[in-house]
Amino acid sequence: MNNFTYTQADGVDNAVQEIAGHSEARFIAGGTNLIDLMKEHVMQPEHLIDINSIHLNSIEFLEDGRLHLGALVTNADTAWHPAVEKHYPLLSDAILAGASPQLRNMATNGGNLMQRTRCYYFYDTTTPCNKREPGAGCSAMNGYNRIHAILGTSPHCIAVHPSDMCVALRALDATIQVKGLHGERLIPIADFHRLPGDTPQLDNNLAHDELITGIILPREHFTQHYKYLKVRDRASYAFALVSVAVVATMEEGIITNIRMAMGGVAHKPWRDENAEQWLKGKPATQENFAYAADMILQDAKTFGTNDFKPALAKRAIVRACREATNIG
Amino acid sequence: MDQVAASVMVDQPTHTITLTVNKITYELKVLPWVTLLDAIREYIELPGTKKGCDHGQCGACTVLVNGKRINSCLTLAVMKNGADITTIEGVAEDGVLHPLQQAFIDHDAFQCGYCTPGQICSAIGLINEGKATTREEIQELMSGNLCRCGAYPNIVAAVQQVNGKL
Repeated sequence: MNNFTYTQADGVDNAVQEIAGHSEARFIAGGTNLIDLMKEHVMQPEHLIDINSIHLNSIEFLEDGRLHLGALVTNADTAWHPAVEKHYPLLSDAILAGASPQLRNMATNGGNLMQRTRCYYFYDTTTPCNKREPGAGCSAMNGYNRIHAILGTSPHCIAVHPSDMCVALRALDATIQVKGLHGERLIPIADFHRLPGDTPQLDNNLAHDELITGIILPREHFTQHYKYLKVRDRASYAFALVSVAVVATMEEGIITNIRMAMGGVAHKPWRDENAEQWLKGKPATQENFAYAADMILQDAKTFGTNDFKPALAKRAIVRACREATNIG
Repeated sequence: MDQVAASVMVDQPTHTITLTVNKITYELKVLPWVTLLDAIREYIELPGTKKGCDHGQCGACTVLVNGKRINSCLTLAVMKNGADITTIEGVAEDGVLHPLQQAFIDHDAFQCGYCTPGQICSAIGLINEGKATTREEIQELMSGNLCRCGAYPNIVAAVQQVNGKL
């Protein structure tokens, strides 16, 4: 690790003011991704602001019945919180599909949103990477790209967002609560992460002076029909090749509402609302789910070692939908 | 110490912290980039906790912080100021092996032994969490600890022997 200075913030305002005054500073909470990236010299902040003493560590219902997850609650405490297990089982399942128990005891909800891609070339400072060094080129495009994106890619970057939790948040239509120098703002999860475009160095739309304070889950609970399916190279403790989060409501075999979010396929958790709209009012059948999967994947583009992904993604979507809607 | 080294030391932003490790409180002067793992091994001189990958992928560095298992390689010592830490050196009491230590011996749950301190601390954390009952659940919730000798069936058997009985 490079040398850096370190301070502890005791409140949100204090943390935001401190980071606003230092362009090379970063917040640190669980540190599970940032410290790793610092050891690899991929990130070299001059100053770390430890936010663990800020009281953002509770999970509470808001007056309108939505659930507020504090940014500093650990992934483990979130997944095993009674309100999350009872009302948002998809989120529990997704969190528990990610990382290891030790990492989930450290990693926070805010940090999970902020974690960076595990693209091998992003991590390897001896290879060009547009995300690490804009303009340098993308080594993954013509390299080994088994874990890389097939949707929403750009000529500059084919990295994927690695989170499981965020895929569930996308299916649940969560809102990210942030606070900056100019006050609070609410960012729908759909608008939080970015596609790479010509600025692959930007993972998300959080400003440098903004701190994530919480995640708000809508009142819709989807406790009957949900599934988080994760396909990976080993049975546990691996990033997704493809993951699918499905929530639905059904009436007598007919889909009345459905949302499908995917991980491992794009620079952000991926949703296709046209495909969801097409499924509404239709019976939950293998054929209908396969048709919707084809809609989602019609623009998929592969890069060699990830040529298997569209077929895998289609099967994963169909299986997750079948299991969520109880047709087997 | 020569002059150059001394001047470098003066410029370093040292932090004074306290860590309670295995019920003994230590006051340490650490630089911000010292990981908890390095503080335990190099400053407190408890080498039972192992450095494997140093990237949170192998679990050899697992310790209990305030009762919860974490990877000590991925946190900074300054971030754990005031924490209560248990390492493998602290799990036996009054000269009697911890039940998991005994179970690892009973089931021959290691070959080279390098991952064992992390495995045992992780298993204590797993039992504290109380989420695993079946063999499959133990396997899933021990997945953060790699054993390159491949003693997994015996490790799971050892954890099963103790799980629910502490």
